[in-house]
Amino acid sequence: MEALTLLHWTFDILLGLGLLWLGWRVLTSPDLFNAIVLFVAFGLLMALAWVRLDAPDIALAEAAIGAGLTGALLLAAFAKLRTVEKNHDIAGQLEKGKLENRSFQWWPATFLLVVAAGLGHTVLSLPHYATGLSAEVSANLKSSGVSNPVTAVLLNFRGYDTLLEMVVLLLALLGVWSISGSALPREAAPGPILDTLSRLLTPVLILVAAYLLWVGAHAPGGAFQAGAVLGAAGVLLLLSGWRLSSHLAGLPLRIILVAGPVAFVAMAVFTMLTGGQFLEYPRAEAGTLILFLETAATLSIGTTLAALFLGERPKNKREYP
Amino acid sequence: MNPSDYLSAALMIAGAVFFLAGTLGLLRFPDVYSRLHALTKADNVGLGLVVMGLAVQAESWAVVGKLLLIWLLVLLAGASVAHLIARGALERGIKLWRR
Repeated sequence: MEALTLLHWTFDILLGLGLLWLGWRVLTSPDLFNAIVLFVAFGLLMALAWVRLDAPDIALAEAAIGAGLTGALLLAAFAKLRTVEKNHDIAGQLEKGKLENRSFQWWPATFLLVVAAGLGHTVLSLPHYATGLSAEVSANLKSSGVSNPVTAVLLNFRGYDTLLEMVVLLLALLGVWSISGSALPREAAPGPILDTLSRLLTPVLILVAAYLLWVGAHAPGGAFQAGAVLGAAGVLLLLSGWRLSSHLAGLPLRIILVAGPVAFVAMAVFTMLTGGQFLEYPRAEAGTLILFLETAATLSIGTTLAALFLGERPKNKREYP
Repeated sequence: MNPSDYLSAALMIAGAVFFLAGTLGLLRFPDVYSRLHALTKADNVGLGLVVMGLAVQAESWAVVGKLLLIWLLVLLAGASVAHLIARGALERGIKLWRR
């Protein structure tokens, strides 16, 4: 077994060094496109690091959201940035050195040093073996309605975390929609390969999302991972030229976007009115309720991510000239 | 180690060799088309061998099915994306490498 431990150590050290190196390259790369590709590679290695730390739930989320969808969002932003650059000639000014300001800045550096020292002190003063709350979670797992402790924490014990995360996503979409114009639903014909690929993969992705949602009750998976896969299906469809029909771009789209948070809040209000606490589920139905909430959350998360990728607010029927 | 361990080790090492060859091709070949060719072909076979090596160790047929599904999905995605990149490069007027 000695050789195996050595192999694990070597792998972990290489992984850690690779992450540091990639992080440095992402921050210092002068070429934005390069930086985005490196960022995606960073996300994939990060997912591997989570696997090595025995956190498959976070690894799934990191690979799907951190590397996959964030990469797609960054590339979409990059494509838009290029048209902006063409109009304002930012690239030309950068080359001439007009916009460049590389002088050493003392205040940010001092601030960063203080934060780093504080973080280092905190990490060093942590107890060697963190007790955490895992014992309490496993003691109360029976009453949560699910058998995967991560889902139990995210959807039951600390349900408001998930609720607030969904609200943050929604706020991000509102921000994007309010600074970008509205897009006409123009469909473009994809090439035969992209067309076939999206036709083959979209049903598979929907199935995988449903599987992740279902399996989240007792194994790694859950609403965010399933939502990310659903969002990926949306991104693939948008890339191959599909646009939401203008009949659905108005109210129906918005209903799906808010379904997750609304379901959560409705549940919370209902349990409070019937004598419980905020987001305290009745024990007997907790499993069913969690599955229901997660389904609504998955639909909302997937739609929000795909809408973020599109960037512009899809025009609805009334807005047509 | 029992015989199945040796078999899966051999399969996975063979897979790693294919990955190594593909990566070498990606780094050393002269233009985008030949690089894509090296990368997708070698990686598809390499992943197939790794999946076979893992399938030998699998506890149930369901796991074998999942591994096979992963391989098929990567085949589909890899081949399509390679085609899309190559076509994009052609449309941008990147010339084929000639000796």
